[in-house]
Amino acid sequence: MTENTLGTPDTWLDEHGAALYKYALVHTRDPHRAEEVVQETLLAALQAQDRYTGGASVRTWLIGILKHKIIDLFRRDAREVPLDDPEVPEGATEEEHFDATGHWCNAPSDWGNPEEMLERGQFMAILQRCLEVLPPRLARLFMLREVMEEDTDNICQEMAITPTNLWTMLYRARIGLRQCLDRNWAV
Amino acid sequence: MKMLTCKDASHLISERQERPLGVRERWALRLHLWLCDGCRHFERQLAFMRQALRQLGRAAEADGADLAPEARERIRKALAERGRHEH
Repeated sequence: MTENTLGTPDTWLDEHGAALYKYALVHTRDPHRAEEVVQETLLAALQAQDRYTGGASVRTWLIGILKHKIIDLFRRDAREVPLDDPEVPEGATEEEHFDATGHWCNAPSDWGNPEEMLERGQFMAILQRCLEVLPPRLARLFMLREVMEEDTDNICQEMAITPTNLWTMLYRARIGLRQCLDRNWAV
Repeated sequence: MKMLTCKDASHLISERQERPLGVRERWALRLHLWLCDGCRHFERQLAFMRQALRQLGRAAEADGADLAPEARERIRKALAERGRHEH
């Protein structure tokens, strides 16, 4: 017997619709996109209901699906912005950034006062586009951590990886994203 | 204490966003950063990236927001439609 019962899709909408919508609105900043992503979440939940184990509450389960749908939405948007130099090598391993003695091949330069740039729309577009050029699994994991601010324990559990694996993957994502921003945006 | 390479230092700078560093790691990193412009820039850029990514995720307040009745109806129909295909 499970601790939580799943109920029917109609009850998901009645009981959790507002919570899902609020969560989606905070992250998408657009009522239409928020509605759209709530619908996608509930449809995905309908298809995945056999996999619900009753361990987490229905709301937690639905929010978990919603997070992935929001990330999909971010990534879809990102494809619309062109990049000058979209070359981020697959995997973006340390070997490409450091020489044999562990020194930077190209030492990071000063970005000046990047916080000021946050105010301008273009930066956020390039940021999203640069996320898009990371390998898909890496991008998803990185966005769960940094954009959705998911707990590292939860990510390890969900992706079935160890904390050490996670740190390594986050490192790769950061170093790849940094390189992409450096080439496409930094002055 | 063994001197960190830039590669070692860059790993610690990234991991510091995920876990507290040990005393030795902290001191080694501090020493390295004191001597190395490149890694200092890297540290600052990673902190900035985290700030920007979080901003990407949460800009709006959504207190009291709810699905519009039409949206609710649309979603209910879509679920019913999909539900019929499933069974």
